[in-house]
Amino acid sequence: MDLGTIWFILWGVLWAVYFILDGFDLGIGTIMPFFAKSDDEKRIMYNAMGPFWDGNEVWLITAGGVTFAAFPKTYAVMFSALYTPLMFLLFALILRGVSFEFRSKVDSPGWRKIWDTCNFLGSFLPALLLGVAFANIFKGLPLDQDGILHGNLLTLLNPYGLAGGLLFVALFAHHGALWLAFKSEGDVHDRAVALAGKLWPVVAGLVVLFLVMSLFMTQLFANYLVNPLLFVILLVAVAGLVLTMTYRKAGRILASWGASAVLIGSAALFGVVGIFPALLPSSLNPAYSLTIQNSSSSPMTLAIMLGVALVFVPIVIAYQIWTLRTFRHPVTKADLDYEEAY
Amino acid sequence: MDTLMLSRLQFAFATFIHFIFVPLTLGLSIIVAVMETKFVRTGDETYKRMAKFWGKLFLINFALGVVTGITLEFQFGTNWSRYSTFVGDIFGSLLAIEATAAFFLESTFIGVWVFGWNKLSPKVHCLAIWLVAGASNLSALWIILANGFMQHPVGYVMQNGRAELGSFFEVVTNPYGWNAFFHTVTGSWALGGFFVIGVSAWHLLRKQNIDFFTKSFRIGAGFALVFSLLVAVVGHRQGNIVAEVQPAKLAAMESHWETQKNAPMYLLAVPDPANEKNSVQIGGIPSLLSLMAFNDPGAEVKGLKDFPAEDRPPVTLTFSAFRVMVGLGTAMLILAVLAFIARHHPEETSHKLLKAFVWAIPVPYLALQAGWAVAEVGRQPWIVYGIMRTRDAVSPIAAHQVGISLAAFFVVYILLASLDIYLLAKYARSEPH
Repeated sequence: MDLGTIWFILWGVLWAVYFILDGFDLGIGTIMPFFAKSDDEKRIMYNAMGPFWDGNEVWLITAGGVTFAAFPKTYAVMFSALYTPLMFLLFALILRGVSFEFRSKVDSPGWRKIWDTCNFLGSFLPALLLGVAFANIFKGLPLDQDGILHGNLLTLLNPYGLAGGLLFVALFAHHGALWLAFKSEGDVHDRAVALAGKLWPVVAGLVVLFLVMSLFMTQLFANYLVNPLLFVILLVAVAGLVLTMTYRKAGRILASWGASAVLIGSAALFGVVGIFPALLPSSLNPAYSLTIQNSSSSPMTLAIMLGVALVFVPIVIAYQIWTLRTFRHPVTKADLDYEEAY
Repeated sequence: MDTLMLSRLQFAFATFIHFIFVPLTLGLSIIVAVMETKFVRTGDETYKRMAKFWGKLFLINFALGVVTGITLEFQFGTNWSRYSTFVGDIFGSLLAIEATAAFFLESTFIGVWVFGWNKLSPKVHCLAIWLVAGASNLSALWIILANGFMQHPVGYVMQNGRAELGSFFEVVTNPYGWNAFFHTVTGSWALGGFFVIGVSAWHLLRKQNIDFFTKSFRIGAGFALVFSLLVAVVGHRQGNIVAEVQPAKLAAMESHWETQKNAPMYLLAVPDPANEKNSVQIGGIPSLLSLMAFNDPGAEVKGLKDFPAEDRPPVTLTFSAFRVMVGLGTAMLILAVLAFIARHHPEETSHKLLKAFVWAIPVPYLALQAGWAVAEVGRQPWIVYGIMRTRDAVSPIAAHQVGISLAAFFVVYILLASLDIYLLAKYARSEPH
């Protein structure tokens, strides 16, 4: 396998890991206004993400950085052509980030309300925007030979893009409900499990809808027909979808969350594999697509960066797993009384 | 205004706001780590309370540093896509390494540190803050090495119309980048020291928690003195490197127009770029500029007139920012000496001096911002010195898109930065638990 292909796979995997990890934070932020009945319950939700959200968000920075390093032209076009949605994403993430730190710093219901609203918008909007953006990338963007987008924000809000957006929101909300269930006890735990149960059919319906739309509105299945072995990814996605339900019903919440993670990861990879070897397919003319061939860095950069990734990413994964294990216990009353808590 | 100017303003504004929060992160993280280490070594609970009190201020500051940092990475792609394509091989790699090798560490262990006081042993908990502090400063190294490539491009080959990687070793051993890193980090650690001195002085003026704030003051004073000295030494070396690799920037820093040997330095000068001279110049010290730039009083210093007008940086801004940096750096050194002398019994120091320490908190901030203004404005008209002009680097996007985002940045950043500074002030004035 050549370096370009290896980096293409890593590129897809990094985005998938970002969706899996920040997905539960974004999901908890999205369900919060509809779920929490009191300030204490909100605080349980914040503290369920407390030790993790910052480290999770770095996967986005890394996915962006790796796109920059390995496929500079793709990075340049992806970020400039999607200028407006990216700015929305950025402002949303900024507001979400500060909401964690600011919320408990002034003891006033009005102040908290402001940051709760920011956390909701900063969670819901990124989920929606990332879904819309990636669905449009999977379908192909109207890019000309200079990488200029022929269209605007509304062009992206086509039925397929919107289906992708809704799918991401539902996937993350379901994923977040499961994480909240894992990190809570008593009434909050029971209600979070119940909410995941209510969200599951919505997720399943949107997964089916998105696949059917992909079949009719995109070229994604072309690669799969050439190499039917790739259908394994779809089987894994279906397995994740079914297992997350069966584990939840069996009361094995962490396993159910893991199955949901598999579902999210394989949903992202489904599209990435479909567009290979392009990273940004052009819907105007396939010759304008940005591919491994015409957008990657020099072989030396790719080789050095591969070395860096092979050394550091396993280390990152190791200490992030250690962190998840260290803080795996449900958020209790004592945790809310802890003076450093959110 | 066109896309170029708006994008430049947006980048400058976003970076300026980001850099309000970065230096305190770099400096205070180390100071908090030192405090917690003292707690682990001595078992003295005061040091634990100190780590928590200063740690809270660190966290409030850290939050804005992180969220405004994401913007910078995004902006290379959104607003400077031609630049990104041109240097992605090298610049993109350094940013990606920063994320994987440093930013992950910092962001993961900050969570561990905040939530781990009761869950981890004191030693492991102390290790967490050292990892945060080390990784923050390591982040700075990679970012400044990336900036070093823009200032003094090395280790590249021009191929396929892009600057492709020629030697990774040369890129990561770029002398400009390493020296700029030490200059920034020593400045930031001094800033951390002044922050601790200033906040402690505020409490000492009110005669509250004297033991707690005397101990804090002492640590702050040590940092302020050592690093105010070092930042000047490293800064002198930075001047030498600039003289060698960016002669037009050096000439602009001094508003030096005519190439000459034994070049003098003027105590007071007013640049007049339109007429290629200084309208006022008083107090010339013979040979001082040659001596400062090349460590040789007889050395020839190139004047701005030797460069075509389109290759000169904006003179007045570069010149003024440099003077502000040097002036405030000198003030830091004097204040640091006074703080060091007072360190054993700062509560007995005159009220005027303690007040001066409180009011001195912004001084290193302004000095660091001015220093970066010299580095970045002085780099113009190049985005990559000598090989790519800023005007050729901008994205093919519409001016109104950038205009709207710039307005949004302006409103959101001013609001968030003000709230953050308000919270910092509120918690800095609170009593330690």
